[in-house]
Amino acid sequence: MAVVSLENIRLSGLSACVPLKEYDNNNYELLTDLEKKAVITTTGVEKRRVAGRDITTSDMCEMAAKKLFEEMPCDPSEIDLLIFVSQSRDYPLPCTAIILQDKLGIPKQTLAFDVPLGCSGYVYGLYIMGSLLSKGELKKGLLLVGDISSNSASYFDQSSFPLFGDAGTATILEYKPGVPPMWFNLQSDGSGWEAISIPEGGIRNYHNRDSFKYVTIDQGIRRNRFHLVLDGIEIFNFALREVTPNIKILLKHISKTIDTYDYCFFHQANKLINETLRKMLRLPAEKVPYTIHKFGNTSSASIPLTMVSEIREELTSKPLSLLMSGFGVGLSWGSVSLNTDKIVCPALLEYPNLDSTMPQE
Amino acid sequence: MTIEEFIEKVEAEFPDLEPGKLLPDSLYREVLNWSSINALILIALVATEYDVIITADDLRSTVTLKELFDIVKERIS
Repeated sequence: MAVVSLENIRLSGLSACVPLKEYDNNNYELLTDLEKKAVITTTGVEKRRVAGRDITTSDMCEMAAKKLFEEMPCDPSEIDLLIFVSQSRDYPLPCTAIILQDKLGIPKQTLAFDVPLGCSGYVYGLYIMGSLLSKGELKKGLLLVGDISSNSASYFDQSSFPLFGDAGTATILEYKPGVPPMWFNLQSDGSGWEAISIPEGGIRNYHNRDSFKYVTIDQGIRRNRFHLVLDGIEIFNFALREVTPNIKILLKHISKTIDTYDYCFFHQANKLINETLRKMLRLPAEKVPYTIHKFGNTSSASIPLTMVSEIREELTSKPLSLLMSGFGVGLSWGSVSLNTDKIVCPALLEYPNLDSTMPQE
Repeated sequence: MTIEEFIEKVEAEFPDLEPGKLLPDSLYREVLNWSSINALILIALVATEYDVIITADDLRSTVTLKELFDIVKERIS
């Protein structure tokens, strides 16, 4: 795809929600103290919020959405379009977005559907929703983006278990003629799909009697076939190979230089990947906010969560020029250049979950 | 870029590595106490310093530091 523009779309509200329960990687018993230190230093993930088994992604998104409706001049009855971007739906059927339409008191006239993307999901979600709104026939959309990934990783897989946190976010987009355009560069490469995958439970490989059987893959990597498979080196190479050219092509197309942005938000993959990308793009640290140390990799929620957590005051008080880049599972990646102007952004919400037990063999 | 400069940069990135221990003929996996994390650190270093991406295949096909260095050098534009 070439670089594309999105006209007449204003991002007017943003909120985010994380589980109250925190997991500290210093307590991960399968690692020695030295290994813990190495993992925390390299991945950057010291603490992360974990959902456990008593809340869903949609619960966190619902909480975030309700807070936005409270604080914004926007009632659920005004929502024409509801999209839930997530890889952790409530049920195999139906789409979670449709259940949320009812729970949130949004009218039956609303279009509602799911988009099952991961780390690239926020950027994609903005484009998909914005495109449907940009003609002006549909006026307001509620974009719910997030994931529970902590339950997908095997406790006995040291290469994935320490990385993931959970979060849900809500964004309101509105049709507003005359606002500056957003610009997108979105890409896909299915040849790399195996680098991040869950092998069984879909139609290609139905769940079966052996799906729950644990197998030792490598030293420190033991999991079953419902667990997340993560090929660290392949993902790392993908990110270094694709993310900076994707951003450079976007910037060239719109004749902007990266230093003109107030902030650049990257998907919080891990600290080593993110710092390498930041240095490759010659970006100063103060323009690239992180939350990887306190929330881990939160999949599609990581960009909006980092915005709420790190620059809320500025989002609410002044116009900002922002660059965002999401990349990962798919492989799927994309960047967007957009402006915000004093949006509604409530403080980060915490969902009072009770259970945070980790899946055990 | 010389291999001596390359070694200096690697030494800076691996603080536990004794200076002078890593040589062009070194089996770099052994000297760097190889793990998947150390592989990523090395890939990150090369990407940041030289704008060159080394792949999992590059790592598999090389044994000594000099062999890896030659791949990096060849790809510097």
